[in-house]
Formats: sequence, structure tokens, C-alpha cells
Amino acid sequence: MEITQRELITAIHGMLFGGFFLMAIFGAIVMLLEGRRGTSEWPLSRWQMVYLIAMVAIGWAAVLSGTYLIYPWYRAVAPAGADLALYPKFLLTAHPSTAGWHNFGMEWKEHIAWIAPMTMTMVAWVMLRHRTVWNADRAIRAAVLGFAATAFLAAAIAGGWGAMINKAAPVRGGNTIRLMRSAP
Amino acid sequence: MNAIHHETQNRAANGPVAAALLACGFGCFALGVLVVAADGSKRFAATLNFYNPSGSLSGVTTVAIVAWLVAWAVLAHLWKNKAVALRTIDTAAFLLLALGLLLTFPPFGDLLLGR
Repeated sequence: MEITQRELITAIHGMLFGGFFLMAIFGAIVMLLEGRRGTSEWPLSRWQMVYLIAMVAIGWAAVLSGTYLIYPWYRAVAPAGADLALYPKFLLTAHPSTAGWHNFGMEWKEHIAWIAPMTMTMVAWVMLRHRTVWNADRAIRAAVLGFAATAFLAAAIAGGWGAMINKAAPVRGGNTIRLMRSAP
Repeated sequence: MNAIHHETQNRAANGPVAAALLACGFGCFALGVLVVAADGSKRFAATLNFYNPSGSLSGVTTVAIVAWLVAWAVLAHLWKNKAVALRTIDTAAFLLLALGLLLTFPPFGDLLLGR
């Protein structure tokens, strides 16, 4: 059982960073909903603080790894006569029936993805530094929850399209890594 | 600026949180504007090509992040220890966020660019 270096890094980007970020945003929204009444001081436990910081870190790891590691492999220009399986963008755009995965899906995903970590950084910062205001002001709670819900939507769109695009034209190449020796 | 805020007396200073919300909305809007602008102008896209393997995406996102952080720093400085009219700020922040989302949607960008 083998995997290429690019496949492994793409899996880390999408399944570890992206997938965990999406789940973490959902968890943060649940956390925010628990504290939305604001009738009394709502202290965050130490693990909740660590959770928010970790969520933000994996969100940024997802978009940075996507933009600076995976995307260059995805959009690399295929030389004449090259095997297009190693050039996903060109593989997709070579045929009208698959071009939409790039022209619509990737064009949307690569940009909307960045909205999620920006927004969740703001949400985490409010929760970590300004809980007094959160507790005191219902409008603040509603606004922060609204932004968190939008971040979830943005991350879900980016993750969903990423998974589907990688299914249609996987990012491949690089050294081969043997994960397990196959039975003869 | 003075019309929408006043010095905090008894109520909690919501200025820093309002600054974070509005700056976040602005950052998302800046991202959307840059996406459409880079899509519509090859010259502008080339200017935003900060890291060639990633193309203009590197510049679009870097400039948007810088715009967001600068806006956040400036607003946080202006509204430090102040209570602001949150309804106005909220409306503006959500409007900017919605526009940012809309501008990243390729068919909407194409519509604006007359394609």
C-alpha cells in the first residue's frame, strides 16, 4: 500500500486541517450557543481556550497549505505531450464535461476558503479577550454567532468542493511512500 | 466618528469588539474586490503575483489579510475604551461580509465583468 508525497500532503491539508477546522467551527458554535444567554459571567475553561486557539491555528494551516503547497501542484502548466494525470487543472479543463470543476469549483473554493480563518480568528479573539462585552451585550453575541455561522458555511463550501475536485482530478506525484507491505 | 461613539461610563466598552467585527467584514469585502479585480485585469493579476507557483491567489489573499489587519488595528486604536453604536457597526459589518461572499462567487464576478 503506497501513497505519493503530494497525495499525502493533500490528505493532510484536506482531511486533517480542513476537516478538523470544519468540525472545530461547529464545536465553537455550540460553545457560543451555550454562552449566548449572557445572564451571568461565563468563564471559559482552560481547555476551551486551548480549543479556540487550536481551531484558529488549523484554519490558517488549511488555507496556507492549500495556497502555497497544493495549489502550485494543481495549477502547474503541463508540458506538451505530458501525462495530464499529473496536472489536475489541465486535466479538468481539457474536456468540457469536467472544466466546470475548475472554472467554477476551484475558482470559488480557493477564494472563499480564506474567509473562514479570518472570521474565526475574530471570533476566538472576542471570546478570549472580551468576554465581559460578550456577557453584557446581546447584539455582540448575535453578531459574533452570525460571523461564526458564515465561517462554517465558507469552510463547508471550500472543503466540499476540494473533496469533489480532488476526486475528479487527484493531486499526484512526488516520491512514493510505502505505508504497508502488501500481502503476496 | 464622534457621532457614533462616546466615552464609556457605566456600560462595558464594546469598541474593541465592534472594531474586530467591522474590520473582519472589511477584510472579507477587500478579498472579494481583489478577486474580481484580478479576474478582470491581467495586468492587475500580474501585480498580485507575489509567489509565482500560486499565481495571483498569493497576492489577492496577502493584500486582503493585510487590509483586514490594518483596518482592525486602526479601528481598535480609535475605539479603544469606547462604547459605539453597535447596530450601525453590525449592519455595516454584515453588509461587507455578505458582499465579500458574493464577490467570491464566480458567476457574480463574471456578471460584474460583463462576461
